[in-house]
Amino acid sequence: MVLTALAVVRMRSLFAVVMLSGIFTLLSALLFVTMDAVDVAFTEAAVGAGITTVLMLGTLALTSRHERPTARSPLIPLFVVFVTGAALIYGTMDMPNFGDPTAPAQTHVGADYIARTPEEIDLPNMVTAVLASYRGYDTLGEVAVVFTAGIGVLLLISGLRRRRRKDEDNEGSA
Amino acid sequence: MRHHLILRVVTKLLVGTIILFGLYVQFHGDFSPGGGFQAGVIIAVAFILYGVVFSLDQVQRVFPPWLVHKLVALGLLLYAGTGLFSFMRGFRYLDYAAFDPHHPSHGQHYGILLVEAGVGITVTGVMVAIYYAFAARTPVISDEEW
Repeated sequence: MVLTALAVVRMRSLFAVVMLSGIFTLLSALLFVTMDAVDVAFTEAAVGAGITTVLMLGTLALTSRHERPTARSPLIPLFVVFVTGAALIYGTMDMPNFGDPTAPAQTHVGADYIARTPEEIDLPNMVTAVLASYRGYDTLGEVAVVFTAGIGVLLLISGLRRRRRKDEDNEGSA
Repeated sequence: MRHHLILRVVTKLLVGTIILFGLYVQFHGDFSPGGGFQAGVIIAVAFILYGVVFSLDQVQRVFPPWLVHKLVALGLLLYAGTGLFSFMRGFRYLDYAAFDPHHPSHGQHYGILLVEAGVGITVTGVMVAIYYAFAARTPVISDEEW
């Protein structure tokens, strides 16, 4: 993953960058599988490696296929990246170890869901039970977000063109 | 991509399989990893693949844009409608026990199935709609330019 990330930074050909970021996403999906988060890995592989790559290629076809070399010095961005990275790593020190049974995420509602799912919902996949039933409002919100995002893209990219064409038609008839 | 014979034949074979797999992920999500979000993306990928290998016109003949746009809204309405249904039956919003008051866990199964279907429909619609929006603007580029 580190190698692909470095390659993405160094590359100038944007086509190769898109392909490499697809590989990066696939690798992180593998990481999720290793950590037993199969549902997350599934989403990562389908959305990140699949759809995003296609959409990036679509964008590339609309814009240019090569990155312009920048003249500015990379020192300030590098500094910001290092400080942010250090802060993030410092933050992970307080986090409980992976799979720690006393972690806050395991002790509050998590245990409750695990205890209640077999009798209340009776589904083998607990992720689905939590996602669709206990957290039904959240998922409804997520769908609304996806919906809004889709509408936004449609308005920005396809709607304007259509209206302009209609205007031209009106002018032509008048 | 008119001259890529292998690509076209393989795509024709794969599109059906991908959609079938998407439906499996959709309706088997209760028992195995997956659910509406993943299934929606997988089904959308089938249409996008078809559009990339053949042409935008051909995929839009199968799956016209007006239908895609309706699906985007339909999925969200199905989800919200499920909640309203349980409201009408005198339960709390999105309390799926309303579907089968005698066996609350069966009701949960129906509710989750409907809600996941709503998620899947919206996600498929949005993904395909975004692809259409991008692809409709794209000038056709020759393969050598890549």
